[in-house]
Amino acid sequence: MTQDAIILAPGRADRHYWRDLWRYRELFFILAWRDIAVRYKQTIIGLAWAFVRPFLTMVVFTIVFGRLANLPSEGGAPYPVLVFAGMLPWFLFSSILSEASNSLIGNASLISKVYFPRLIVPIASAATALVDFAVNLFILALVMLWFGYMPGARIILLPFFVLFAVVASLGPALLITALNVKYRDFRYIVPFIVQFGLYVSPVGFSSAIIPERWRLLYSANPVVGVIDGFRWCILGGDTALYPPGFALSLVVAAALLWFGVRYFRATERSFADLV
Amino acid sequence: MNDIVIRAEKLSKKYVIGHQKPGGYTALRDVAAGAARNLARSVRDIARGRPIVAGDEIEDFWALRDVDFEIRRGDTVAIVGRNGAGKSTLLKILSRITEPSAGCVVLNGRAASLLEVGTGFHPELTGRENIYLNGAILGMSRAEIRCKFDEIVDFAGVEKFLDTPVKRYSSGMYVRLAFSVAAHLEPEILIVDEVLAVGDAEFQKKCLGKMSDVAGSGRTVLFVSHNLAAAAALCKRGFLLADGRLVASGDIASIISRYAQGGEQQARLEFRPRADAPSMASITIDSAALAQGDLIVDIAYTAPFPIAAIGGIALQTSAGARAYTSNCWMHEYDNPLEAQAGVLRCAIHGLPIIPDRYQLSVWLCDRHVVYETKVDCMTVEFPDAHMRQHLRGAIETGCIDWPARWQGRTVDVAAAAHE
Ligand SMILES: Nc1ncnc2c1ncn2[C@@H]1O[C@H](COP(=O)(O)OP(=O)(O)OP(=O)(O)O)[C@@H](O)[C@H]1O
Ligand SMILES: [Mg+2]
Repeated sequence: MTQDAIILAPGRADRHYWRDLWRYRELFFILAWRDIAVRYKQTIIGLAWAFVRPFLTMVVFTIVFGRLANLPSEGGAPYPVLVFAGMLPWFLFSSILSEASNSLIGNASLISKVYFPRLIVPIASAATALVDFAVNLFILALVMLWFGYMPGARIILLPFFVLFAVVASLGPALLITALNVKYRDFRYIVPFIVQFGLYVSPVGFSSAIIPERWRLLYSANPVVGVIDGFRWCILGGDTALYPPGFALSLVVAAALLWFGVRYFRATERSFADLV
Repeated sequence: MNDIVIRAEKLSKKYVIGHQKPGGYTALRDVAAGAARNLARSVRDIARGRPIVAGDEIEDFWALRDVDFEIRRGDTVAIVGRNGAGKSTLLKILSRITEPSAGCVVLNGRAASLLEVGTGFHPELTGRENIYLNGAILGMSRAEIRCKFDEIVDFAGVEKFLDTPVKRYSSGMYVRLAFSVAAHLEPEILIVDEVLAVGDAEFQKKCLGKMSDVAGSGRTVLFVSHNLAAAAALCKRGFLLADGRLVASGDIASIISRYAQGGEQQARLEFRPRADAPSMASITIDSAALAQGDLIVDIAYTAPFPIAAIGGIALQTSAGARAYTSNCWMHEYDNPLEAQAGVLRCAIHGLPIIPDRYQLSVWLCDRHVVYETKVDCMTVEFPDAHMRQHLRGAIETGCIDWPARWQGRTVDVAAAAHE
């Protein structure tokens, strides 16, 4: 019994945090399931929206970047496929960011009435984003079928890149989530990041068009690495990864995740007083 | 074997709160200056990583201050205190929702807390889905919920609506379902905040019955309630909190009477006395005594000339039937003295009345004249000291609650036929 004693004192780091997190995995699954169930139960629009949004974005980007600006595609893929392959991780990133950053405020009653490792809430909310991602993946399959474009064998590495995308999103997401509880103004920052990021990340164009000497710097944006990775494994053909850039993206994403988790954990004990 | 399950030492909790300066701003210039000052402070707070507090003046507020106590395995402790005394704050610290600002707590054993019924219920989800959701939130495993599912549904009495979204539930059904999930928790330490004040009277009794089962089964229970009767029935020990400090702890009866002496716990009705005729100034019911089943009513009166006041009271059921009457003629009364102001006290000990709510009516008179009548002016709720689950209220059962002795005897039918 005694070794199980829990000591509550100010600023005391919880030794059992990660064990607790594991113990609460059922809560994690059920919260994720709740978010998904509620989302798809409430509206047929929800599902329709999941189809319409990426489709329209693809059309617009193809026209703007492919036709008007006449930018080149990659590895001989049709331009819409190139756009879609970049949009897939981008939407995953942006919806994890927005779902997570609102999740704690949205679950304020839980936070102030029950104990559990708070990390569960933003991560569970990312599950909804994964479901949308699956829908998008399905649309991409349809689009590729339409163009008669077959992915290569690299497609089997896709799960790895999905994981990379999730990791790259969670770092900033956790940071903003924690900040959002303390300073509500941060909710205005997320739409801005999403809006702005769409244009600075290589969603509508291939990152190969970035001049060589800027390429490494450009890859400091972890989303660049994610999108390049997705294109590399979906488009196949002669698309090539830019190794130093990809490595940099990985490092930046990992560093952000580490920092995000650390900041989240440092502040989570006061969440209940603030929400 | 360590028998102390919770030990708190110098436990304190500080909140930072902001005040708006009284009077408010009038001139636009002041508004702008105030806003600029606030902005500057917010920026400074963010830079230092501190939370932003709105308001012109900022103050540290101690919701709990140097609280020490020990709770042993199997103790049932009621925590009482006025609004804002820090009861919920204490429970929140013990259930790890918020961390203390100073001091420490050592917890031994699995605690489950119930600070609100239906935490996390989602209106769009069905009753069945919400049972699983809420159970998981309260810390039950899926297997545990599945195994108790039928019991939970049965206790709530919502079988027919299991697959309806809970937003279609009546508010009563909603809390019944929510409470039943919580009632089936089986932790070593149960922490409960003020959640029994839900549902209709019948369901409240059922909840109290369930709680007393839990308390009786040797589990450690911490219980916050303003319902002193429930506290007295469920718990053996009591803590009295006032302004964040633990001012007394001991057996529940002494804590309740001490709390009641604070004066706050009296149900009191005040009137503007009339200048031209004798009239009542206030009627006070001693809630602490009522929690123990004794009705003590104080009737304060004033008169423009000395009177030898006598009075009467009556109780009516909510259906309007007279349940009980007492006045100074019927019952014992110390001789009245003539005075221009005074208090009549009517004390009724151990009234054998069915636990329910009754309306109180009061008369003020002297030997010749009835000066004033207040009909149904207050509600008196008699608690059930025995926590019986099958009481249906005075309208159905009548008003007298007097123990009877029931015995069963079997008859051997075959032997009877032979004779
Ligand atoms: N998050 C918070 N921020 C600032 N002040 C708070 C916060 N939570 C509680 N307080 C303050 O702490 C004090 C104690 O609150 P608490 O909820 O513990 O009272 P209580 O004893 O449970 O009262 P009640 O009987 O009304 O439930 C109150 O004055 C309240 O305003
Ligand atoms: Mg409270």
